[in-house]
Amino acid sequence: MLQNRSYVKRTRGGKITKVVREHYLRHDIYCGTPVCKVCDTSQARLSASASTILILDTNVVLNQIDLIENSAIDDVVVLSIVLEEVKNRNLSVYNRLRALCSNSLRNFFVFSNEHHKDTYVTDMSGESKNDRNDRAIRVAAQWYQTHLAGSVRILLITNDRENKRKAIEEGISAETVESYVRSLSRPDLLDLLVHPASEDVIMEGVEDLRPSKRKIIYPEHKPLSEITTGIRCGIYHQGKLRVNRYNPFEAYVGSQSLSDEIIIYGRANMNRAFDGDIVAVQLLPRDEWNEEKSLAIADEEDEEEEGVHLVPGSADDAPSTTAQSQDSAGETCPVSSRPSGRVVGVIKRNWHSYCGSLEPMAKPAGSGGVAHALFVSKDRRIPKIRIQTRQLENLLDKRITVAVDSWDRLSRYPSGHYVRTIGQIGDKDTETEVVLIENDINTRPFSAQVLGCLPPLPWFVSSEDLENPVREDLRQLRVFSVDPPGCKDIDDALHCTALPNGNFEVGVHIADVTNFVHSGTPLDDEASKRGTSVYLVDRRIDMLPKPLTEDICSLRADVERLAFSVIWEMTSEAEIICTRYTKSVIKSSAALSYVEAQARMDDSRLTDPVTSDLRNMNTLAKIMRSRRIERGALTLASAEVKFQIDTETHDPLDIGMYQIREANQMVEEFMLAANVSVAEKILKHYPLCSLLRRHPTPTREMLEPLLRTAAAVGLNLDVSSSKALADSLDHAVGDDPYFNKLIRILATRCMTQAVYFCSGDLSPPEYLHYGLAAPLYTHFTSPIRRYADVIVHRLLAASLGIQKLPTVFQDGPQLNSIAENLNYRHRNAQMASRASVELHTLIFFKSRPTDTEARVVRLRSNGFFVFVPKFGIEGPVYLTPRGEKGSGEWFVDEQQQRIRKMDGSISYSVLQTVRIHLEIVEPQPNRPKLELKLL
Amino acid sequence: MEFVSPEGLRLDGRRPMEMRQIRAEIGVVAKADGSAMFEMGNTKVIAAVYGPKEVQNRSQQLNANALVRCEYTMANFSTRRSDEKTKGRSTEISLVIRQTMEECILTNLMPRSQIDIFVQVLQADGGTRSACINAATLALADAGIPMRDLVTSCSAGYLNSTPLLDLNYIEDTCNRRLQGSCRLHREILLENTKQLEYRRGT
Repeated sequence: MLQNRSYVKRTRGGKITKVVREHYLRHDIYCGTPVCKVCDTSQARLSASASTILILDTNVVLNQIDLIENSAIDDVVVLSIVLEEVKNRNLSVYNRLRALCSNSLRNFFVFSNEHHKDTYVTDMSGESKNDRNDRAIRVAAQWYQTHLAGSVRILLITNDRENKRKAIEEGISAETVESYVRSLSRPDLLDLLVHPASEDVIMEGVEDLRPSKRKIIYPEHKPLSEITTGIRCGIYHQGKLRVNRYNPFEAYVGSQSLSDEIIIYGRANMNRAFDGDIVAVQLLPRDEWNEEKSLAIADEEDEEEEGVHLVPGSADDAPSTTAQSQDSAGETCPVSSRPSGRVVGVIKRNWHSYCGSLEPMAKPAGSGGVAHALFVSKDRRIPKIRIQTRQLENLLDKRITVAVDSWDRLSRYPSGHYVRTIGQIGDKDTETEVVLIENDINTRPFSAQVLGCLPPLPWFVSSEDLENPVREDLRQLRVFSVDPPGCKDIDDALHCTALPNGNFEVGVHIADVTNFVHSGTPLDDEASKRGTSVYLVDRRIDMLPKPLTEDICSLRADVERLAFSVIWEMTSEAEIICTRYTKSVIKSSAALSYVEAQARMDDSRLTDPVTSDLRNMNTLAKIMRSRRIERGALTLASAEVKFQIDTETHDPLDIGMYQIREANQMVEEFMLAANVSVAEKILKHYPLCSLLRRHPTPTREMLEPLLRTAAAVGLNLDVSSSKALADSLDHAVGDDPYFNKLIRILATRCMTQAVYFCSGDLSPPEYLHYGLAAPLYTHFTSPIRRYADVIVHRLLAASLGIQKLPTVFQDGPQLNSIAENLNYRHRNAQMASRASVELHTLIFFKSRPTDTEARVVRLRSNGFFVFVPKFGIEGPVYLTPRGEKGSGEWFVDEQQQRIRKMDGSISYSVLQTVRIHLEIVEPQPNRPKLELKLL
Repeated sequence: MEFVSPEGLRLDGRRPMEMRQIRAEIGVVAKADGSAMFEMGNTKVIAAVYGPKEVQNRSQQLNANALVRCEYTMANFSTRRSDEKTKGRSTEISLVIRQTMEECILTNLMPRSQIDIFVQVLQADGGTRSACINAATLALADAGIPMRDLVTSCSAGYLNSTPLLDLNYIEDTCNRRLQGSCRLHREILLENTKQLEYRRGT
């Protein structure tokens, strides 16, 4: 049966056009119940024993998706009109609903009511689109009712009062979500309900005991039309709000219309915006640019506690020191030069669910009653969220996730609802999962579609691969790999052959991942979304499915593997004479660990070929390294720690700094060289669409804290160039061996992180990698665990004429967004591994209170931060008891970087060694933290 | 964009292997020797055949065969927007239809004569080329011109890893927007007569 649907629509250019489309109505759309006698039941999804079939209205799906995802809600008919509407309104809810529909464990059936001959409704004149869709839902419900002839109850669930009334008039049983969930008598489900704004009024009534609650806390958000015009004429600035990780009352908005970042101080100015929201900001008048800060800190209760952390790796993670420096500079220039502003409207919300726990509170007398609780997110950038729960006693000691629903002007905190429980607070698995969720890391197993892209196992190098003219047979070479012990995803291997003319042929062989991961396949999409593998202390979350990661791509010993090789001819002075790139087949002769490789090189009795290769390479690497340092590469230090894990309980047994050996440096040197060579090659062929990695030169302000600290201990650092800095770091030798490393760690912390970018977006001088002092750099050597390397492999293969360049590379914006995603994923992966290390540190010290040495690194008015070299952790030591902020007993001398007692009896200066006591304390129940005390 | 829903329905409610509704009528142009109107869904074309008749331009006359000419045009009102590129496309489609029909007509039975085929698109919604071939076949049959077989045509494409039959305008144009990330292969499929096979991929 044919129906022509015609409608008018506005095109992107703003013109109004009439669109006519065919719309076929069908006889072969079935009801999806296995008990039906008329319909074809092969596609049936609903359960045979269902007593009630639910039909959901659009608004129910949009608002209550968390509830719908709960397994208590089942036997649901999802109408195609609902799906379509949800898709237009909220894509993420649509994807979640689609996932439910395809989940074989759940009985969700999609009924294409719009194409069924009996349930299609024609538009009536004067009827709005919404009313028409509501009518379509009712017609479909009616059809189900008559079709199943009363054998099953059909229940329409809608929160739209009008729709419900009409449905009941038409003889369809209809209920609101609340009344339906109540009828299930499952109190925990009620927590999942999102409460519509109307219920807020009742809640306000309950809390009305405190009169302050009634007042309007936040200014109104401007209507969207006003914001758009405001942005157009330059009054408002649009940008993404980023909340300071260390001070949730300070946020930044980077706007394209303003060169500088806008600072927003205080919750009132942030005006209910969350981290990641796209907001419209109005600049404050110039004379108000700096004074808001003190007000903001007065606003908070005791959130400004700084816990013990690992040493930050770079300036991006380090606590902002601007507040401090502004304090000192306060007298000289009262007005900050950085613009500050306030949020006038939120253009796009970035709400998702957050992990955390409930704020401790007295357990309610009776169980089952509704309790209001405040949820504290683990992410400090997120404000507390008010939730209602009926299972308070169960949740108090649990890690839970909570979704935000709304934030009105009258309430200090946003209101949300409980989504699910992760597990017991403090439990290792629970906390690890929290870490993963917090960092947006996808731990779900790979889908069948993705796994479908893998070659069949067991996989061997086929004769086809060997005969392939682009693939060189390098199996006769003595190739070996050097990796951390227990490494299963070996993506690089090396070889080094002495040539008759006295030169060396050195090859870096990288797993040929792009031979298996083709552009545009589901596997490629998934890898590109994951971006990188994540390494936790006791777990690894792979970017590619396990068969590829550990077997097919991994360059294990004594098996033939496909590789992408970079082969140099080098003089004995490590000068590169020529570079060759080729796809190859290799057979690794040994998979060594760093320790093994080092031991072989050191053992002078060993003269086997692999060992002599190792020694040759080490000699070359040393020359390359010294030449690189000569150029100004920085030897930065990070406080990486290593755990010894108990094989049974997976609890940490010992903890210590990660030791770097010559073998590590040797491998690193060749990897750097390969990356640089590849970067040059791809940029030459594709100047506009190469994926490179850059490390921006730090500005003088960023290096300020380092300079001040150095000056306090009488050290003069030259930061005019990376070379000068490297040299002065080399000369910074104190009286103890750890001094130099400490200075390097402090220097590292002043740098920003290196980022991926697309070469077309920046000009060549900006390509510089500051830390490595390389004008060009990219990532080529770890395609198993980093997606950037996969892209670079494709670029290199294309530049050699082996493969065609995928079409993505012609699409600048898309390439850019891939690079952005890689940066985001890379950063998250780092944060997750750090958080995992922190978690294990906490577990380690639980049973082992320790006394150790620490160094003072940063001063505060009531204490200082210390760094514990042995464990690589940093944390605050309070001189005055907490709560008595700046009681005046202690005095900070900014100039000399020391903190002195008023009577002058004791003083501590930066970099001084102090002895401290480490212990786990629980100031609040279920919130263990590491405390550092001065001995 | 999702062209086939997980329920197996296309945007207009067809399943991947279903054609649009077909409607055909012959004798719609009284003056012509043969004519036909052909509809595939919202695509509507008209074809008229004149001949066999005396060759107008003597220099083109073929002594062993009939001369087949074809002109394909799109009515100005057939689409909403006027395409600049239509000129070149029209010439190309004219050629395709002429080659197809020439192979099908028993031209050796009508030496030194000329057959004119005019096809015009009245309403375009994807698959105009196929509709025109179908209409031309019907018109030729209506004109009583001897043919080896009836040529029929239908477009098919490969979209989001699903083969689709009889693409409509949205499905047909999506590959231009997606710029090859989902590649659309199009083939004109002809029945029975092997020599007539004309393949093409875009």
